[in-house]
Amino acid sequence: MFKLSKYILYDIIRNKVILAYTGFLLLVSLLLFNLEENSSKAILSLLNIQLITIPLISMIFSTIHYYNSYEFIEMLLAQPISRTKVLFCEYLSTGISLVLALLIGMGIPVLLYSSGETGFTLILTGIGLTLACTSLAYWAAVKSRDKARGIGIVLLLWFYFALIYDGIVMMLLFTFSDYPLEKFTLVLTAFNPIDLARVSIMLKMDVSALMGYTGALYKDFFGSSTGIFFTGGIMLLWILLPLYLAMRSFGKKDL
Amino acid sequence: MIEVQSLHKRFKKTIALNEISASFQKGQVVSLIGPNGSGKTTLIKCILGMVKPDEGQILLEGKNILSDDQYRSRIGYMPQIGRYPDHMKVGQIFKLLKNLRNHTKSVVDEELIQTYGLDSISDKSMRTLSGGTRQKVSAAIAFLFSPEILILDEPTAGLDPLASELLKEKIQKEKNNDKLILITSHILSDLDDLTTHVLYLQEGNIEFSGDMGNLRKITGEQKFEKAIAELMKAKGN
Repeated sequence: MFKLSKYILYDIIRNKVILAYTGFLLLVSLLLFNLEENSSKAILSLLNIQLITIPLISMIFSTIHYYNSYEFIEMLLAQPISRTKVLFCEYLSTGISLVLALLIGMGIPVLLYSSGETGFTLILTGIGLTLACTSLAYWAAVKSRDKARGIGIVLLLWFYFALIYDGIVMMLLFTFSDYPLEKFTLVLTAFNPIDLARVSIMLKMDVSALMGYTGALYKDFFGSSTGIFFTGGIMLLWILLPLYLAMRSFGKKDL
Repeated sequence: MIEVQSLHKRFKKTIALNEISASFQKGQVVSLIGPNGSGKTTLIKCILGMVKPDEGQILLEGKNILSDDQYRSRIGYMPQIGRYPDHMKVGQIFKLLKNLRNHTKSVVDEELIQTYGLDSISDKSMRTLSGGTRQKVSAAIAFLFSPEILILDEPTAGLDPLASELLKEKIQKEKNNDKLILITSHILSDLDDLTTHVLYLQEGNIEFSGDMGNLRKITGEQKFEKAIAELMKAKGN
């Protein structure tokens, strides 16, 4: 099984999009660390870039890769190998290649300039976010036969998680500002992997002190070991659940 | 060898296969013929387990094919359109398949790789190959493990006359090796001297099923092409 992943990975890492993505991350990271005097400020900027680019690139690339591999997947399925195995190998190779791009493009600069706990968390959540978005993309792609529709759904998902979701949360907070919502917002972060990544890094940084009472509550929760288990567990759920749904629907569908 | 039992499949509103029953034996070359959208490819994909029928079942030597994936080690499949990962090399694809199939157990038949000269381009990446060459790769893959059952979906489409002649020779050879071969093609002249049995599908129904002698008798035509044309005329109106 891992042999199949190896061959697919070999193909993907020669893909120009992955190479460009790695190059882009590397360039931005190096620039930010060199331009900003304070490395924690650079990390904050990197975080903002990471939260936009990782989901976008991971989702779009995975979807297009799935559709482009469709005939190849069909050929593999004519061999004595199960559907779930084939799809899992495709997922694994896509995930690994995107994680490698992140590790080289962002991991190495972070290691060189700011190899503290914050930097480590930044990379770790980046990996989690990459895998979660890849899972979501595979689910969307398996569900829709039409390529344009699949990519549309994925773009919509990205739009929702990156922009619309925050808007909805803000609206909720304003509307119900008379009530104590601290615990409620805490739960809300779990429903968006991008928010989850943002919060878990923000709280490793000093900026959380600026966030007032909510920030204090957050820090109290996310800073504790329960909080780390919570964020880690939820992120893992964001990776495994869409992947499971994708595999289940791939096992049933007509190719 | 393969037993298709009242197979039924519908895609949304169209019925792709309507209560199809058929049986294929060793040593037969079965031509699946019919207009576009008549259900040929759906039938093939059902046999390969890629399309799951709504009703009915397919048995391979008495065993339902949906019960496990290993039965496909006995099948070689050549798809209508072969597309491969852009940056994978020709040689790598063969290597990958040998790995997947555990080639130590089965005999590897590399005859087509040699006749098509694919071994000399094994370092080329798939992206650089022409459509015809990709089709040659697909053909070589189908025959690679000398499977007992060969399923060829429009095998000669896109091949140059020489390549398609070589492929036909290879099919003839495998037919003499007592294998079951299922072919769909619109180029009837390609099937002429190969076919032993005909399965004529139209809008998901079997309109004719039987051996060549039978077909000749019914239509009164000796030539395969004419016999099929006669059949189409009779069924079409």
